Amino acid sequence: MRFVDEFRDAAKARALSAQISALCEPGRHYKFMEVCGGHTHTIYKHGLEDYLPETVTLVHGPGCPVCVIPMGRVDDAIAIAEQPDVIMTTFGDMMRVPGGNGSFLDANAAGADIRMVYSPLDSLKIARENPDKRVVFMAIGFETTAPSTAMTVLRAAAEGLENFSIFCNHVTIIPAIKAILDSPDLRLDGFIGPGHVSTVIGCRPYDFIARDHNKPLVCAGFEPLDILQSVYQLLIQLAEGRSEVENQYSRVVPWDGNPRALKAIGETMELRPYFEWRGLGFISHSALQVREAYAVHDAERVFDVPGVRVADPKACQCGEVLKGVLKPWECKVFGTACTPETPIGTCMVSSEGACAAYYNFGRFSRDRVRQATALPSPTVRVPSS
Amino acid sequence: MCLGIPGEVVEILVDRPDLAMVDVSGVKRAINIGLLDKGEVGPGDWVLIHVGFAMSKIDEEEAKAAMEFLEGIGQAYEEEMAALLESRIE
Amino acid sequence: MSARDLHENHVTDEAGQDEHVIGSEHRGREQQVLDRIDKARRRKAKIREERITMAHGAGGKATHTLIEAVFLDAFRNPMLEKMEDQAVFPVAEGRLAFTTDSYVVSPLFFPGGDIGELAVNGTVNDLAMSGARPLHLSAGFILEEGFAIADLQRIAASMAAAATAAGVTIVTGDTKVVQRGKADGCYINTAGVGVLEREVTLEAGRARPGDKVLVSGPIGDHGVTIMLARGELDISSDITSDTAPLAGLVDTLLSSVDGVRCLRDATRGGVATILNEVAVASDVAVVVDEASVPMRTEVRGASEILGIDPLYVACEGRMVIVVDGTQADAALAALRSHPLGAGAAIIGEVKADPPTLVLLRTEFGGTRIVDMLIGDPLPRIC
Repeated sequence: MRFVDEFRDAAKARALSAQISALCEPGRHYKFMEVCGGHTHTIYKHGLEDYLPETVTLVHGPGCPVCVIPMGRVDDAIAIAEQPDVIMTTFGDMMRVPGGNGSFLDANAAGADIRMVYSPLDSLKIARENPDKRVVFMAIGFETTAPSTAMTVLRAAAEGLENFSIFCNHVTIIPAIKAILDSPDLRLDGFIGPGHVSTVIGCRPYDFIARDHNKPLVCAGFEPLDILQSVYQLLIQLAEGRSEVENQYSRVVPWDGNPRALKAIGETMELRPYFEWRGLGFISHSALQVREAYAVHDAERVFDVPGVRVADPKACQCGEVLKGVLKPWECKVFGTACTPETPIGTCMVSSEGACAAYYNFGRFSRDRVRQATALPSPTVRVPSS
Repeated sequence: MCLGIPGEVVEILVDRPDLAMVDVSGVKRAINIGLLDKGEVGPGDWVLIHVGFAMSKIDEEEAKAAMEFLEGIGQAYEEEMAALLESRIE
Repeated sequence: MSARDLHENHVTDEAGQDEHVIGSEHRGREQQVLDRIDKARRRKAKIREERITMAHGAGGKATHTLIEAVFLDAFRNPMLEKMEDQAVFPVAEGRLAFTTDSYVVSPLFFPGGDIGELAVNGTVNDLAMSGARPLHLSAGFILEEGFAIADLQRIAASMAAAATAAGVTIVTGDTKVVQRGKADGCYINTAGVGVLEREVTLEAGRARPGDKVLVSGPIGDHGVTIMLARGELDISSDITSDTAPLAGLVDTLLSSVDGVRCLRDATRGGVATILNEVAVASDVAVVVDEASVPMRTEVRGASEILGIDPLYVACEGRMVIVVDGTQADAALAALRSHPLGAGAAIIGEVKADPPTLVLLRTEFGGTRIVDMLIGDPLPRIC
């Protein structure tokens, strides 16, 4: 597969790994946060940590849009789905997220009509084909996905499809990163920036991180070599005493983002004054809602939504995991009460959640795994002469 | 954070110019190219696909540059390793 | 000559003689009608309806017509034609293998096959995985009122063809009809009997460190075909289902190599599920080499678009083989010598540690765990 396979080349990975080791100052520990759930997934899926020295730690951030949805919003969505003549449509990831009273999957089994779609356009198609039903699209995601939802709303408006609406749970990345930077618990050396969000917002929004907080950020692609190269670039910056925003994913990310995408979002949506993020609490101007002009396509206006705030279960420590303060295995209920089969929190449900990634892919002692797979440690230390 | 996959544009649909048929490893799907500028992509171009939309045209020059950088690192590594081995022989 | 004449011609020489004359004409015509009915009843049953109705499930005339016209007509074999409540046949001395499976696939017809073909091959394969020679199948149908009989005939024809290809006969069956909305068109259950002529015991618990793991061909074809055939995803490709009867392939393998520990056909949950079952049953580690796992590029492409892991996607004509490590190459050669094993490959090995885990050496050179599937492979989107 072009533009994929060449960025998974093991030989190049070994070379990068050697350079990374060479760049590490003896005795110094490095902590880089990869903001994006997609990065978390790639790291575990390909066993990327085998290529990093012990002194480099990748911390998982809050960039998993499913993970940050509070339980109350899941309940709201289910309440909409349970109304007569409603077809609720959603991405696959949402199906097993537990609300206060069960998940979409449970609601579907109990008689609600909830269908999985790959694209919001598929949802629109269902609306076209079912004029007597009210079709709702569960819109989740960061700025990567918001333009697609926006374009779909614009299409719905153009076609006069009044039976189509969205339940908007789009969130924005910068406030989440700000919350991390303002958190006293974390001492990070740099950021691996969210590559696909950046195709929309570009790289400029991250300037404040380098300028005001003195931390380098490298906007990274999603193949294993992309992430390794980004770590390499971060280490070079640190070695040279720089803190800048760099674009490793330049084959896809334009520095100024995608103006048409931003225009579509701006036309159909506006920032909410505040929004609750699971684990991070209320953050102002961090989420999107549908504009008045498109009210007929706003599920929150069309339906009566309970809007009850549901507190996370006491045992759940998703918040700290999302902030990178706790590693998945440090959560008290990880692997015992909270497993992919019986998830308590969202980090364990979403395939991009740190806990799910760690549980499914990485949970065994790396040494024992390496022994069993008979792979020598690919991190070769090039000795200093 | 979101699943984006590269695909090759096969054709722009005649009756719906905001749609393109895209091929990902032999699997085809119609993708909305409304987020790209008019005429920005045509058959043979590659785009990044996310939930049924093309988000960006893949810049083949930049991809080539990225590969060259990685190859360069690989080269440096091999030279270093070769030097390492040589020095041991002495 | 009028009837009156007939009547008047009746000469009463002998009392009975008169009635006989009229009677035999009358009775002659009556007999003609009865003969006609008798002939009609003996004629081959023909279905006139287009759709299944509740009457077809009542066990009476309509049911019999359905069975004769659709199933008997397709399956054609002496045991079935007896139309007894059961099929009776002699068994060889030794061990029997017995299995059952139900088929609820949607859509019923898809590129590369249909529910009927799956129903035969799936059960044949379950028998074959023990090393048994599959003999006879039963076929139970649950039909939804309103189901098109033409579709049922298509399915029966597929089953007949699959049975012939697999060398088995469908010897007994059952048909039930449920009201509209209570079933999804057609559900099929097949049970199968086979005979173990070889002295083999193939079980998931017999793997031991040093064994090698093979797969008989490219993985994931069936599951991806079904997902795309559902039509909800608007994705088109050339992938077809890999449904196939594997008894011949198993026979070729077991004739060449005697160190096979276990055979499993990779259906729901894919190859990863089987490897986990073996790892747990044998208390060993299974280490897989991602680069060695055969997969069509389209299956890879579809999986990337949908965000699913091909290791968990169903196949319907592929098996996983665990064999004594020293015989792995011979096993591979045996598989590849058979048309259904042309794409076979050695994909991994069995180790002692860490027990019950399946590990993957990624193409990238890293390592990760391949766990048991939770829920359905949900497409990863965001």
